[in-house]
Amino acid sequence: MTLLSGRGLNLDFGGITALADVDVDLWPGEMLAIVGESGSGKTTLLNVLSGRLAPDAGVVWYRDPNDHRHDVHAMPAPALRTLHRSDWGFVHQDPRQNLRMAVSAGGNVGERLMAQGARHYGDIRGAALDWLAQVEIDANRIDDLPRTFSGGMLQRLQIARTLVTHPRLVFMDEPTGGLDVSVQARLLDLIRSLVARLRIAVVLVTHDIAVARLLAHRIAVMQRGRIVETGLTDQVLDDPRHPYTQLLVSSVLSA
Amino acid sequence: MKGYNFAYLDEQTKRMIRRGLLKAVAVPGHQVPFGSREMPLPYGWGTGGIQVTASILGAEDVLKVIDQGADDTTNAVSIRRFFARTAGVRTTTATAEATVIQTRHRIPEKQLREDQIIVYQVPQPEPLYRLEPSRVETQRMHGLADYGLMHVKLYEDIARFGQISISYDYPVMVNERYLMSPSPIPAFDNPKMDMMPALQLFGAGREKRIYAIPPWTRVRSLDFVDHPFRAINAPHPCGVCGATDSYLDEIVTDDRGGRLFVCSDTDHCAERREAAT
Amino acid sequence: MAYVAVKGGEQAIDNAHAWLAEERRGDTATPALSVTQIAEQLGRSVDRVMAEGSLYDRELAALAIKQAQGDLIEAAFLLRAYRTTLPRFAHSKPVETATMRIERRVSAIFKDLLGGQVLGPTYDYTHRLLDFGLMEDQVVGAAVGSKVSDETMPRVPDILGQEGLLESDVVSDREPGDLTREPLTFPAERDVRLQALARGDEGFLLGLGYSTQRGYGGSHPFAGEIRMGEVSVEIEPAELGFAIDIGDLVLTECQMVNQFKGSKTVPPQFTRGYGLVFGFGERKAMAMALVDRAMRAAELSEDVTAPAQNIEFVLYHSDNIEATGFVEHLKLPHYVDFQSELQNVRRMREKAE
Repeated sequence: MTLLSGRGLNLDFGGITALADVDVDLWPGEMLAIVGESGSGKTTLLNVLSGRLAPDAGVVWYRDPNDHRHDVHAMPAPALRTLHRSDWGFVHQDPRQNLRMAVSAGGNVGERLMAQGARHYGDIRGAALDWLAQVEIDANRIDDLPRTFSGGMLQRLQIARTLVTHPRLVFMDEPTGGLDVSVQARLLDLIRSLVARLRIAVVLVTHDIAVARLLAHRIAVMQRGRIVETGLTDQVLDDPRHPYTQLLVSSVLSA
Repeated sequence: MKGYNFAYLDEQTKRMIRRGLLKAVAVPGHQVPFGSREMPLPYGWGTGGIQVTASILGAEDVLKVIDQGADDTTNAVSIRRFFARTAGVRTTTATAEATVIQTRHRIPEKQLREDQIIVYQVPQPEPLYRLEPSRVETQRMHGLADYGLMHVKLYEDIARFGQISISYDYPVMVNERYLMSPSPIPAFDNPKMDMMPALQLFGAGREKRIYAIPPWTRVRSLDFVDHPFRAINAPHPCGVCGATDSYLDEIVTDDRGGRLFVCSDTDHCAERREAAT
Repeated sequence: MAYVAVKGGEQAIDNAHAWLAEERRGDTATPALSVTQIAEQLGRSVDRVMAEGSLYDRELAALAIKQAQGDLIEAAFLLRAYRTTLPRFAHSKPVETATMRIERRVSAIFKDLLGGQVLGPTYDYTHRLLDFGLMEDQVVGAAVGSKVSDETMPRVPDILGQEGLLESDVVSDREPGDLTREPLTFPAERDVRLQALARGDEGFLLGLGYSTQRGYGGSHPFAGEIRMGEVSVEIEPAELGFAIDIGDLVLTECQMVNQFKGSKTVPPQFTRGYGLVFGFGERKAMAMALVDRAMRAAELSEDVTAPAQNIEFVLYHSDNIEATGFVEHLKLPHYVDFQSELQNVRRMREKAE
C-alpha cells in the first residue's frame, strides 16, 4: 500500500505548463528520486506533493499511521501544519530557509520536540546532543549560533532538526546543491545511512543522476512537466528506454 | 461633568466595547480587535483600561485604581479623578470594598472575589512581539497554536543564563490554548491569575485589543519541568508592616547604599499595620 | 529614620497644572495671544494640526495650539480627543478636486499646460534671510492680480490618461474603511492606507518619502501636479434627494507620476502616488504621495525591501498621537517591573560569582 500518491496532477503558471498529467507513487521506507533539468517541473512536483502548492487538477493522497487516507490539498491548514511538524519533514536546498539563524544549534534541533509538547529541558537538550552526534556535528557546538557554521554543517543541522521527530516521510529539494564535492559525498553518505536505519520514505529532487543512483531505490525522470520514465534506479539508468532519459544518462557518462 | 455621557464614552461606543468583551470572555486569552477611541489621556497612559472600565461601570459600582500597586501614584490619582468626574461613582482605596479594580502593573495581594472585576492596563497585548514584530505573522501563529518561537526563546535563556530570564510580563498559556501577555505585572503576580475567582479583563488602547480570562480559568506560566517557573521578589520582609509574602518596592534611603523594602500594595500594607495596632 | 510613604499625588498634579498655566501665559506684561491671531497668522501650524488631528476646524485648531503652547502634536491630540466626543450625522460625497477653486497649481512634468503654472502664495522662491522687519508690525501691500483662478485647470493625470500613459484610478463602490472607528487590520487596502497617511505625522512621512528618493525602494517620481485651493463639501440628505453644499475645505493635492516597467502583455504605463491633506500642506502631500507609491510595491510586483515599502511598518508607526503616547509613557513609573529585573540580575550575578 502506497504511503503517498499523486494522480492526474496538472499545474499551469501563466501559460507555462509546469505539471502535465503526473502520476507518482511512494511506498513506505523507499527513496524515490525525481530527476530532470531545471525547468522540468521536479521542484514544482515536490511542492505539490508536500501540500505547499495547489495543483490545478489532480489529487495527492497520504496514508497516515492509522491507515487513514487523506487528500493533502483538502486538509485544513492546521492539520497540514501539524503533519509538517511531526510525520513529515522538508529539507531545503538552502538550509537557512529552515533554520532559525539567531537561535543556537540545540534550540534549532529541539524546536520540533517542544512544538509537540516536550517540556523537560534536560531531555530536549539530550535529544539535541544525540542528534548532533548522528549528523556528525561536534557536541560542543550545541550552543553556537548557526551563522558560525559552514555550508555543510548547516545542511546537517537542518537534517537533524527535521529528523528529530522521526518523520515517516521526508521531502528533499537538492539537499547537496551548492556544496563542495567532498562535502557532498559525506552528506550523501549520512543521508543514506540515516534514511535506511530509520526506514524513512523520501521524495528526493535532484538534477544530479549520480545522487539518484547513490541514494534512490526508484527514479522518475521528468521533462517539461511530464514523467517520461519511471522504475528501479539501476534498471532505468543502465537501460534507459525514453530518448530523454538516454540523453540525460549519456551526458553524465561523457562528462 | 456637563455635556458628557456617564463615564465619558457614548453608549454606542460602550456597546461596541462590550461586544468585544463578550467575545474575549468566550475565547479566553484571545486578542479581540476593537475600535479604540482617542481619550483625554494619552495612549500609553491607560486608555485601553479606561475604555474597558468605562464600558462596564454602573452607578452602583465602587472603583479602585492602582498603579504600581499604589492608590496614590500620580497616574492612578489622575484616572480615579477622571471617573469620579465623569461617572460620579464611589471610589475607594480598600481592595475588599471595590467592585471594579483598574490596575497598572500589579495584582493586589488580597485574593479577589467572584463579585469583583479587575481591569488591567496593557501596553503591548502581543506576547510574541519581541520575537516577531509582524502582527500578520503573530496572528497566524495564534490561529494555528504555533508557539515554537516562544518555547525556543525559553530554551535559549536556560542554555545561555542557566535560567529563564523573563522577570515581568511573563508569558502564560490560558486555558491551555492561547499564549497571552499578562501585561507587565511582575512574574511574582502570575500565580494569582490561575483559577482566580474574579473576572479579569485586559484593555490595550493604542494597540486596539481587548482580551479576557473568565473566572476559574487555568493560567499556566510557561516553563520546563526541570526548570519550573519561580516568582522573583526581594528577599526581605516589608520594613513597615513585616509581611514576608507580598511584593516589595525598593526605596533608596541614603547615598551610602541604604535601602528600605516596603510593600508595593499600599492598601495591603496599611491594612496589616492597622491590624497590628 | 522612620519611613513616611510618599503621598500627595493629587496636590502634586494640581500644582503642576497651575505652573503649566503660568508658563503658557508667559509674562503678563505681554499681550495675550488671541485664538484669532493664531488662526490668521500661524496658518501653517493650524493646517498641520487639522490634518493630524483629523478635524477640519481652523478655530478649534488655533485654540488647541494656544492651549498646547505651540506644541503641534499635543494640539493635534487635543483635537483628536475632542473629535471622539462629536456625533457623526452624515457622510459627505467625495470632494471633487477637479473643480477646485485653485490658488496654487504647478506641474514639474510640463513646461506649460492648460491653465498655466500658478505659483500661489508659495515660499518656494523666497530667499531664507531672516526678515527683521517682521519684528515690528508692518503694513503689507496688497498682492497684485486676482488670487483665485477662473481658468479651466484639467488635472495632469487626466491629461496623461487621455493617451493611456498613466494607470487609471480604480473605481470602486465599496465603502471606504475608517480608522477613526475601526482598528487597523491586514491586509490593509489602499483606502485605509491613504487615510492613515493623511492623518500621519508629517516628519515621519517626510523621512520615509526622502528614503525612497535615496535608494530605499525608489520609484523614479515626478511631481505630475500639485494643486491647492478650496473644494466644496456636499451632503445628500435622503429626504431631499439632491446634494447641498455645507461648506468648503482648503486642500492640497499631489499627484506623483512614477515609472513602471511594462511586460509583454501589459504595455508600459506610468504609475501613481497620491497625496491629499487638509490646508496648505505641500510638504506633507508630496511625502504622502511618495510613501503611497512605495507601499504599492507588492501590488506592482516589485521587491519589497525598504522600510517605506513595508506596509505594516509604515501604518503602525505613522500616527504621532499613538507614537508620542507610547514613547512618552516611559516616564510613568515602571519601578515594579524594574525591581523584578534588579532582583533577577542580582541573582544571576550571584550565580556567576
